[in-house]
Amino acid sequence: MSLTVFALTGAALVGLGVYGLLALPHLLRRIMCFNLIGSGLFLFFGAAGARGAAVDAIPQALIITGIVVALSASALAVGLVVALARRTGHAALPDEDRAP
Amino acid sequence: MMADVATYVLTALGLVFFVAGTVGLLRFPDTFSRLHALTKADNLGLGFIALGVAFQADTWAQLAMLALIWALALLAAGTVAQLVARAALAQVQVDE
Amino acid sequence: MSLALDLALCALILGVALATVAGGGVFRAVIFFITYGLFLAIGWARLGAFDVALAEAAIGAGLTGVLLLAAHARLRRMQAGDAPPPAGLNLPAALAGAGMALALGWAWFALPVPATPDIASALPRSGVGNPVTAVLLNFRAWDTLLESIVLLAALLGVWILARDGDWNAPLGPRYHALSGGVLVNFGRFLPPIGLCFGVYLVWAGADYIGGAFQGGTVLAAVGLVALMANVVRPPRVSYALLRAAVVIGPAVFLLAGLLAAGFGAGFLTLPPALAKSVILVIEAALTISIAVTLALLVIGPPDDAGRSS
Repeated sequence: MSLTVFALTGAALVGLGVYGLLALPHLLRRIMCFNLIGSGLFLFFGAAGARGAAVDAIPQALIITGIVVALSASALAVGLVVALARRTGHAALPDEDRAP
Repeated sequence: MMADVATYVLTALGLVFFVAGTVGLLRFPDTFSRLHALTKADNLGLGFIALGVAFQADTWAQLAMLALIWALALLAAGTVAQLVARAALAQVQVDE
Repeated sequence: MSLALDLALCALILGVALATVAGGGVFRAVIFFITYGLFLAIGWARLGAFDVALAEAAIGAGLTGVLLLAAHARLRRMQAGDAPPPAGLNLPAALAGAGMALALGWAWFALPVPATPDIASALPRSGVGNPVTAVLLNFRAWDTLLESIVLLAALLGVWILARDGDWNAPLGPRYHALSGGVLVNFGRFLPPIGLCFGVYLVWAGADYIGGAFQGGTVLAAVGLVALMANVVRPPRVSYALLRAAVVIGPAVFLLAGLLAAGFGAGFLTLPPALAKSVILVIEAALTISIAVTLALLVIGPPDDAGRSS
């Protein structure tokens, strides 16, 4: 029962992250939402791996790998955002609707 | 049996400090008094909880680890409180 | 009772995540994101995945939090400002998010429970007692080898973003610390303790909870504190020892894999008799690379303009 709670929480986190990634203009917020999607998926995956008799070590190892990769991707993304802000003065992508 | 009672009493006492600290964080008017509520209460709260859990420890090594956790949290919380207070003070001086 | 605890914990996790997405102000969102990582770590502990809980608290909340806070401060100094969150709900995005969440929820109930692979009986052959370490460094060593190369690639990607004129400048922006202040003293006091703790996590990870990633992260955090307190000076990209530290992990890992193949056991297939010592050597090298690479990823490319402003 608890596993279902954690898995559904993970699913909701992914949904929340997808919403933020699409709807929020500030790029740092989008990086956070990308991390929400990742960690939500990890939670779902981890709960699925804990359904057996013993907690499965393989999902755990893959999730640790995933957490480290998520940090690497976030660091690269933050570097790109800072470079963009240095060039354009904005930490958000131009709004297509209002562009001439 | 006595150890269990001690754990219940001490962790409950620790929780009281956590609740008081949280209420202070939410209700106090400025950064400095909030920090006061947070660090004082949380340090004592964590101390009491560590002490309560210590009664359940089987080995001296576990006791040493609990003491280390409390000491490190104390050190980090104290340092961070100083830094936040200095940043807030700079902000106050800019505003005036 | 434990179900009530899990329900409350999950409600907290979701509430804090919602505050990250919908709350006003990027700074506030970053703080909520760090809190989210810590609650999630408690969730992992509740699931019995203590290695993941450590990794999430140290990397997901700690290092990512420092990265985001530093980026927010840089953007504010550049006056790149807060784009205010849009008023009202973005309907297409909401539909996409809800659809994704519902699909995953459906998958949870629809997917069959797979048979758990029998790691316990294979564990004695792995050379270590912690099943997660056994999977990371023996049974699925491929994943970990490639991951250490991903870390290296990300670092190169971050360094490429440096401007030409800055390439020979010290790495990262300039950090301000009052000499003799609390931060400097903290930066002097913490490293010896953190160093012991990081090495202990790697050593204990063979049989208990911990491992190269968690220990390496603690070491990276120690380095970051020392850098931010100006106790050590940031190195330059051209520093040979730094470059060696960044590649030693993947290099030793690859070498061990090739040696195993050379002795006829197959690439990255560790013979049980030697597994324990080979894993310790790989983990030691990997820890150095992970610690240095993570710290360098967080401080960013050399930035001379960031120093003067």
